[in-house]
Amino acid sequence: MSEPAHIDTGIPALKINELHKTYGGGFRALKGIELEVKQGDFFALLGPNGAGKSTTIGIVTSLVRKSAGKVFIYGIDTDKEFSLAKQYIGVVPQEFNFNIFEKVKDILTNQAGYYGISSALAEQRAEKYLRQLGLWEKRDEQSRNLSGGMKRRLMIARALIHEPKLLILDEPSAGVDIELRRSMWEFLKDINEAGTTIILTTHYLEEAEALCRNIAIINQGEIVENTSVKKLLKKLDKETFVLDLAEALEVLPLIQDYELVQVDASTLEVAVPSGRALNTLFDHLSRQGIQVISMRNKVNRLEEMFVELIGQQVELV
Amino acid sequence: MNAQQQIVAFSTLVKKEIRRFTRIWVQTLIPPVITMALYFVIFGALIGSRIGDMGGYDYMSFVVPGLIMMSVINNSYSNVVSSFYSAKFNKSIEELQVSPTPNYIILAGYVCGGALRGLLVGGIVTCVSLLFTDLKIHSPVITVSVIFLSAVLFSIAGMINAIFANSFDDISVVPTFVLTPLTYLGGVFYSIQLLPEFWQGVSHLNPILYMVNAFRYGILGVSDVSVVGAFIGIFIFLAILLAYCLYLLEHCKQLRS
Repeated sequence: MSEPAHIDTGIPALKINELHKTYGGGFRALKGIELEVKQGDFFALLGPNGAGKSTTIGIVTSLVRKSAGKVFIYGIDTDKEFSLAKQYIGVVPQEFNFNIFEKVKDILTNQAGYYGISSALAEQRAEKYLRQLGLWEKRDEQSRNLSGGMKRRLMIARALIHEPKLLILDEPSAGVDIELRRSMWEFLKDINEAGTTIILTTHYLEEAEALCRNIAIINQGEIVENTSVKKLLKKLDKETFVLDLAEALEVLPLIQDYELVQVDASTLEVAVPSGRALNTLFDHLSRQGIQVISMRNKVNRLEEMFVELIGQQVELV
Repeated sequence: MNAQQQIVAFSTLVKKEIRRFTRIWVQTLIPPVITMALYFVIFGALIGSRIGDMGGYDYMSFVVPGLIMMSVINNSYSNVVSSFYSAKFNKSIEELQVSPTPNYIILAGYVCGGALRGLLVGGIVTCVSLLFTDLKIHSPVITVSVIFLSAVLFSIAGMINAIFANSFDDISVVPTFVLTPLTYLGGVFYSIQLLPEFWQGVSHLNPILYMVNAFRYGILGVSDVSVVGAFIGIFIFLAILLAYCLYLLEHCKQLRS
């Protein structure tokens, strides 16, 4: 693989400047996006359907033409050397995009061939990644015979066959059961720790919170937030908990600074302002003779933040 | 990509294409051979025996080169159009698009796959024709070069059709309404000297006429058109289609929105 003599670790893995995309019908999918992903990062790109996530990924991977703006991959200007930049990217799309009549191993070795990798090395790597992703036993099966989760893993193996420095996953957990999702997370964490920069889009905010260090939220073609997951969660001005009570509640208690909503006879929802201790809440409840037997977050914290941010944007519009 | 990597990418594509048409050989290799065998029996042996000579040869000998060329043209075209459109349809074309493989290698790979299938079917049809007539090659160089160039030309044409196609209907429209009439009216079954002068003139607008006649010249040594003119025409068509196809691969919205 021909590559620049030296990649400065200070160069971002992905840098996007003023990226615009207007589709043929006049729909403006991207309105001047600015984005930077550092080398080695585990980065989440979140947004509701139609926000511009897939268009952004499409432009970065050359599947979609940009209307204006610049994209740099490891410092390589894609307007000038897209062919070289492509050597650095592996992409796992949201939809299955392989020939279902081809055998599992052939899909990987073909992909390696498209990157100019010799067949001997392609065979070695295919075995390595098929084993790592638990697909080695299926190597001679036609890919149409795989389950949904296996197909998803096949696409991950295919994206890694040329050992890219930047791996982009568009909704990797879609259609994958919980157990498999956890093992996939572990796999992604491992390759990230080994040095691969990962960008993922996801609807599972739990996934972004569990895996990613940094996050950008995109809505209606604009980045509305771009920060670390920790900082973002600190911005959350309240967190909602669901409390299961020992006995049915006759009167809804009033506690200053806490919003309480009775869901059913023995379930309460409490909105706790950011920085407010939970002890105070429990003190009040104990004094009123209310016993809490269990407690959980109503929604994932990131989800709460996400809804808050997107909600603000919708109000502004 | 350096030259060596491009060779790897090209050979990967060609191998994939060969694997595809040999995996479904019952659909890709057998039907054209059966069809051509029926042509040999009906037009050559049964009806042909009552037609008499054409172009100085018995009808079976006259019709065999045209039928071989017809099978090469149809199979080269249909291999590329169906393979590339299927890749678009199931989105596996994205495997190539996200890779650094240049467009000219993508085109070369698909065209080589299409030409190989066309030539393989042509070879089988030639073998079958030997059951019906003796083939003596007048000019091996002309025979081989015309059949090879025609296979390449129609593979590129199939690629253009596949790039524009938005449905499976679109990939059958051109073969049904354009390719088949041009082939049938391209001197496969008759010498255009049998036609009135006006229709002879119209026939000269048909590019397939030149390929069929140049190929027939290579085998029998007779042609309704100038062989040099036929080669010039084939090269001009090749250059135009090649440039247009590369342009489409780079710019067509059916491939990149």
